Amino acid sequence: MDLPSVFINGKAHSLAGVDPHMSLLHFVRDRGLTGTKEGCAEGECGACAVVQLKGDGEGTRFVPINSCLMLAVGAAGQHFITSEGVRGSHGEDTLHPVQEAMVEQGGSQCGYCTPGFVASLFAEYYRKGRKAEEYDPEAIAGNLCRCTGYRPIRDALVSLRTPSKDDPTARRLESPTEEPSAFEAKAGGVGLRRPRTFDELWQAFADAPTAKLVAGGTDVAVAINHFNARFDNIVLLDGIDALKGIDERDDAIVLGAGVSLSDLEHHFHGRADLPIFDELFSLFSSRLIRNRATLGGNLVNASPIGDSPPALMALDAQVTLAHSEGERTLELADFFTAYRQTKLQPGEILARVTLPKPLPDVARFYKVSKRVMDDISTVAAGFGLWIEGGRITKARLAYGGVAATPVRAKDAEALLVGQPLSATGAVLKALGDAFAPMSDHRGSAEYRQAMVPRLFEKLAAEVRP
Amino acid sequence: MTRRAVGRAISHESAREHVTGEALYTDDLAVRFANVLHAWPICVDQAHARVRVLDVTACLEVEGVVTVLQGEDVPGVGNVGAARQDEPLFPKEVQHYGQAIAWVLGETEAAARAGALKAKVDVEALPAILTIEDAIAQESFLAHELKIERTKNDAPIDKAMAKGTRRLRGELFVGGQEHFYLEAQAALAYVDEDGQLFVHASTQHPTETQLIVARVLGVPSHAVTCQSLRMGGAFGGKEVQANTWAAVAAVGTLKTGRPVRVRLDRAHDMKLTGKRHPFLGRYDVAFEDDGTIVGLDVQLYSDGGYSLDLSQPVLARGLFHIDNAYHLPNLRVTGRVCKTHKTSQTAFRGFGGPQGMVVVEDAFDRVARATGLAPHQVREANLYKPGDRTHYGMEVLGAERLQRIWNGLKEQADFDARWDAIEAFNASNPHTKRGMAITPVKFGISFTTAFFNQAGALVLVYADGSIQLNHGGTEMGQGLHTKMLQIAADALGVPLDSVRMMATRTDKVPNTSATAASSGTDLNGQAVRDACEQIRERLAQVAGTLLGCHADDVFFEDGQVWAAGKRDAPVEFGAVTKAAYLQRVPLLAAGYYRTPNIHYDEEAGRGKPFHYFAYGAAVTEVEVDGFTGQYRFKRVDILHDVGDSISPKVDLGQVEGGFIQGLGWLTREELRWNNQGRLTTAGASTYKLPTLDECPADFRVKLLPKAAEPGVIHGSKAVGEPPFMLALSAREALRQAAAAFGDAPQEVPVACPATPEAVYWALQAASASSAAADRPAAEE
Repeated sequence: MDLPSVFINGKAHSLAGVDPHMSLLHFVRDRGLTGTKEGCAEGECGACAVVQLKGDGEGTRFVPINSCLMLAVGAAGQHFITSEGVRGSHGEDTLHPVQEAMVEQGGSQCGYCTPGFVASLFAEYYRKGRKAEEYDPEAIAGNLCRCTGYRPIRDALVSLRTPSKDDPTARRLESPTEEPSAFEAKAGGVGLRRPRTFDELWQAFADAPTAKLVAGGTDVAVAINHFNARFDNIVLLDGIDALKGIDERDDAIVLGAGVSLSDLEHHFHGRADLPIFDELFSLFSSRLIRNRATLGGNLVNASPIGDSPPALMALDAQVTLAHSEGERTLELADFFTAYRQTKLQPGEILARVTLPKPLPDVARFYKVSKRVMDDISTVAAGFGLWIEGGRITKARLAYGGVAATPVRAKDAEALLVGQPLSATGAVLKALGDAFAPMSDHRGSAEYRQAMVPRLFEKLAAEVRP
Repeated sequence: MTRRAVGRAISHESAREHVTGEALYTDDLAVRFANVLHAWPICVDQAHARVRVLDVTACLEVEGVVTVLQGEDVPGVGNVGAARQDEPLFPKEVQHYGQAIAWVLGETEAAARAGALKAKVDVEALPAILTIEDAIAQESFLAHELKIERTKNDAPIDKAMAKGTRRLRGELFVGGQEHFYLEAQAALAYVDEDGQLFVHASTQHPTETQLIVARVLGVPSHAVTCQSLRMGGAFGGKEVQANTWAAVAAVGTLKTGRPVRVRLDRAHDMKLTGKRHPFLGRYDVAFEDDGTIVGLDVQLYSDGGYSLDLSQPVLARGLFHIDNAYHLPNLRVTGRVCKTHKTSQTAFRGFGGPQGMVVVEDAFDRVARATGLAPHQVREANLYKPGDRTHYGMEVLGAERLQRIWNGLKEQADFDARWDAIEAFNASNPHTKRGMAITPVKFGISFTTAFFNQAGALVLVYADGSIQLNHGGTEMGQGLHTKMLQIAADALGVPLDSVRMMATRTDKVPNTSATAASSGTDLNGQAVRDACEQIRERLAQVAGTLLGCHADDVFFEDGQVWAAGKRDAPVEFGAVTKAAYLQRVPLLAAGYYRTPNIHYDEEAGRGKPFHYFAYGAAVTEVEVDGFTGQYRFKRVDILHDVGDSISPKVDLGQVEGGFIQGLGWLTREELRWNNQGRLTTAGASTYKLPTLDECPADFRVKLLPKAAEPGVIHGSKAVGEPPFMLALSAREALRQAAAAFGDAPQEVPVACPATPEAVYWALQAASASSAAADRPAAEE
C-alpha cells in the first residue's frame, strides 16, 4: 500500500518517493516551507521546531516537537503546523498573538531561531489548562538563541494571554485528530511498518527480524543525521496503544514503555509520593524532545548517561520484556549488560516498567552537567531510601556516567541498612571506591569519581526524613 | 511634534518576516532554483598528513553523484587564504583534523554524502602540533612578534617594575569559543542570465567573497557578483571564513553548468571552521599594598590554527586591550600567534580584546587577595581618569564616563548593601555560597587596519518618492539595516516605510569592508546620510521653487515638505520628487565616509588606532553549590555607554545578547580537542551554548543617559562587541563565590571557561588552602 500523506498546515503532501531516512525537517523545507530551519540536526537547538496535532480523547493537543528528529515517513497520516501556518490561522496579513509578542519585545535579531521559538510559543499559548499569568520556562527550554540572550523572548512568553473564545485555532483544539491506521509500505527499498497492536508487531518481527524499532525516534534520528545510519526495515512503534498506559495499582505502578516522557511528566507532576519525577523531568532534555521520546526508548538505548535509569533504579524498578510467545520480568539494574547493550533478545521488546510498592520514603534525583537546562549528564544519581523508625531498611544508590552502564553502588547500599541517613565516612569511602569512571569532553574521571560521594552528601544535607 | 525615526525604539526591520518564517537565508534559496546540485565534502581524519592518493572512482558510481570537485577543476588560483595565500581550496596536505580535500556534487544531499563516504584516501601521517605549549617549544608561529611597551620616562620595564613593593606572577589559559551562529555556513552559486557568476553567500564581507571567488575562477572582479541577503548570526565567523564555501560552489557551477548549493551541517561547520582563538597569558604584576598597580609585563600567545587568517590583528587587539579600563603606568605586552594543526582560528566578537582583558582581570584578582582588599576596591583604584593615556600613547577619550558608569552602576545595583548581605548569607550557609563582582569595559572602536575604515552607500529615489537604500554593510541580526533605515528616513524627511532596504550586493556598492569591528553603523551610517543629504539638497532647490522660498528655508519631515513658518501648507515628498524628475534633477547619489584621524605605528607601538572608546560595566551575582560546583546567576546589572542611541531596542538587544554570549564563553562553552587533534565537542549536544536558564532571573540593563559622542553619526556609539566583555563580571563572581568556601585564600585560580567542574576544583582548592592572616603571602 501507499504511505498516507502527511498534512502540513492543513495541506496534504504525498510521501511517495521519499527516502525513509529523510527527516520531517528536510521534507518540509524541500516543499518550500523554509521557515523551519536546521540548526544542529540533533534536537538541541529547536530551530526546527514544529507543532504536531495529537488526538486527545475528544479533542486535540498541540505538541511542539523537533522536526529534525522525526522521520518524514514516520509522520505519515499525521498533522503538523509550521511557522508559516501559524500566521495563516489568523488571516494572511495579521500576525498571531505569539508572533506579535515576539516582534513587540524585540525577540528576534538574526531571526534564524525565531520560527522554532514561534512554534514552541504557539503550542504553549494553546496548552490546555495553562493560565494567562503562568510562566513556564520549560515552554522554550528546547530552543537556543545565540543573539538575544533570551530576555526579550522570555518577556514575550510572559506577556502571552490566553486565546479568546472566537480564536479559530482554539476551536480546532475541540475537534479530534485521528491517529492514522496501521500501515505497511516499501519506500526507497526500505520496508516500513506502523503496527497498532502487539499482534501486528509480532508479525512485523516475523517478516523482518532485524528491523530497526523506532519509538520516539529521537535517538535513531541522530544516528541517521550525524552518522548516516541506514536501515533495511523500520518498524514504527508509536502507534501501539498497548505500550502507552500508566496503571496505578495497589501493589505497583506500571508504566508502558511507549509512554512519552512528557506524558509521564504530566501524570506525576506534583505527586507528593514521587517528587523524584518532578526533579527528573525538570532536568531531562527539553520539552521538544520529551514530547517524542519514550521511557522505553531511554532504557533500551542503554546509554550510561541516560537520565531515567538512575531515577528508576532508585525506585527499584523492574522491566518486563515481551515477545510473541510470552514475557519475562527482571530487575532494571540487571537489564543492562555492557556499554549500550541489554538483555533484549531478537524478537523481544521492552513492554513496561514496574515500580513496586511500597515506594521509597526518600527518593531523589541529582544531575551534574555543564548546563542546567537541556543538557546530557556528566554524572546522574538516583537515591531511594526505605526508612522505618529513623533507620534505613533498604537503600538504592544508582548512578549514571560513572561506568559502562547505569549502575548501583551496592557496597554503600549495604552499609546504609540499619543506619540513620547520614554521610558517614564509611559510606562515602565505599562510594568513592565504587567505580572507575573515565574522562571525556563532559568531565574528567576525577570529577566524576568525586561526584559519587558528593551527591550522596548533598542528599544527606538536604533531606530530613 | 517631530516624528524622528532616529532614537525611536523600533523592532528589527525584518521582525515580521522572522516570526512568520518568510525571512529568507542563503540556503532557503536552494529550493527556489531548478536543477540545483548539492555538495558534501570528502574529509580526512588526521590532524596533519600528506594526501598520497585520492581515488574517487567509487564515489562516482553512487547513484545520483554527478561529479567530484578537485584541484584540477580550478580555473584560477586554487587558494582561498584571505590574509595570505595559505589555504588551498583542495589541499594535498591536510593541516587540521577533518579537513575537506574534495567535494562531491550530487542530485541530492543524501547522494553527495553517500558518494563522499566511498572515497578512497591514502595519506601519510605527519607530526602534528596540537597545543600552544608545543608550538612555543617548537617555535611554530604564523607571524612576527607584536609588542607594545610604555613606561614612565621610558625607563626599562624591569626597572619600572622593580619600583613596586610587591610582585606576583601568573599564567592563565583562556579557552576559545565556537561561534555557533544558528545558520551554519552556506553559499549558492550559478551563472546568471547575463553570463555572470552570481553567488549568494552568508558572508559578512561580500567584497572579499567576490574577490576570492574571482581569484579562484581567474576572472576580474566585475565578472562576479556576491549577495549577502541576511545572515542567521555571524559574530565574526563569516568575516573571512565564508569565502571557502562560495568558492567551492562557484567552481562547481562552472564545471557543471548547474546551480550549486554548499551548506555545512552543524558537525561540519564545527569541524571545518575557525573559532575564537584560545590564548595563553603569562603575567608579572608589580603593585603596592594599597592595590595600586605599578607595572604589568605580559606575554600573550594565541592558538592561530593552521593558517594566518585574521590572527595577527586579533592578537593586536589583545595587546591593545590588555589594560581593559585600567591605568597601568608601566606596561609591556608582547604577543605571538602560534601555528598549530587545528582549524584556522578567526574573528569572533571582541576580536582578541576579551582574551587580553580576562588575563588582566585575573591579575587584578590576585593582587586583591594578596593585599587583602576586596577585588572591586583594587579595580576601582586603578580605573582610568581623564587625561590618562593608554600604553600605546592614545589619550583615553571620554575617561570621565568610566567614573560615571562605575559609580552609577554601583548605585543601580545597590552594590554595597548586597555585598554585606552576601557575606551574611555565606556565613550561615556551609554548602551554598554566593559571589558578586563588578568589572568595567573600555573597548576601542575602529578597524585597527586603518584603510578598512571606509564605507559607501547608494541611494535611489524614484519619481513617486519611494526610496531604495543600498549600503555596504551586511545584516547578521545586529540591527544594522534597522538603523540605516532610521538614518535614511530622517535624512530625507520621510516615514520609515518609504525606504526599502535592499540586500547587500557587490554590484551596488564596491570595495566594501567587512561588517565587523562593531563599525557597521559608524561607517555605513555616515555614508547613507551623505548620500541622502546630497539628494535632499537637490530636492530643497526644487521644493524652494515650488514653495516660493529659499532652499535653505525648506523643511522635510515625515513625507512632507514645507517652507519655514508654513508648516500648515506642506507639499508631499512625492510631489517634490516628481517635480525634480521632470526638471531633470538627479535622484540618485553615492555616499561615502572615511574615519578621520586614525593612525598607528606598529613598529613604535604608538598612535591613535581608535576613533573613540566604548564604555560599560556590569555587576553579576552568582550562587554556587559546594557539592558539585554547579551554579546559577541570580542577578545582573549593567550600565553601558552606547552614546545617544539611534535605535534603543536594537542597542538593548546587543548589550543583553553580547553579555550572555560572553557569559557562555566564560562558563559553559568548552572546546575540547583530543590527542589526535579531533574536536570532541563538535555538536550542540557536546558544546553547550547558554539557554534560557543562563539568562539571570533578575537582569537589569540600562543605557548611559545623555551620552552623545562627538564625531559619530547622530552621537551614537558602536555596540556590537563591547558588551561581550561585560561578562567578565560573571567569571569574577564565580571566583568570589568559590573563595567563600575557604577562609580568605591567598589565590583562587579558576580555569577558563569556568565550567561547573572548574568551579568545583576552585572551591575545593579554596577550602583546602584556607589561609590564616599571618600566613606568608604566596609571592615571589
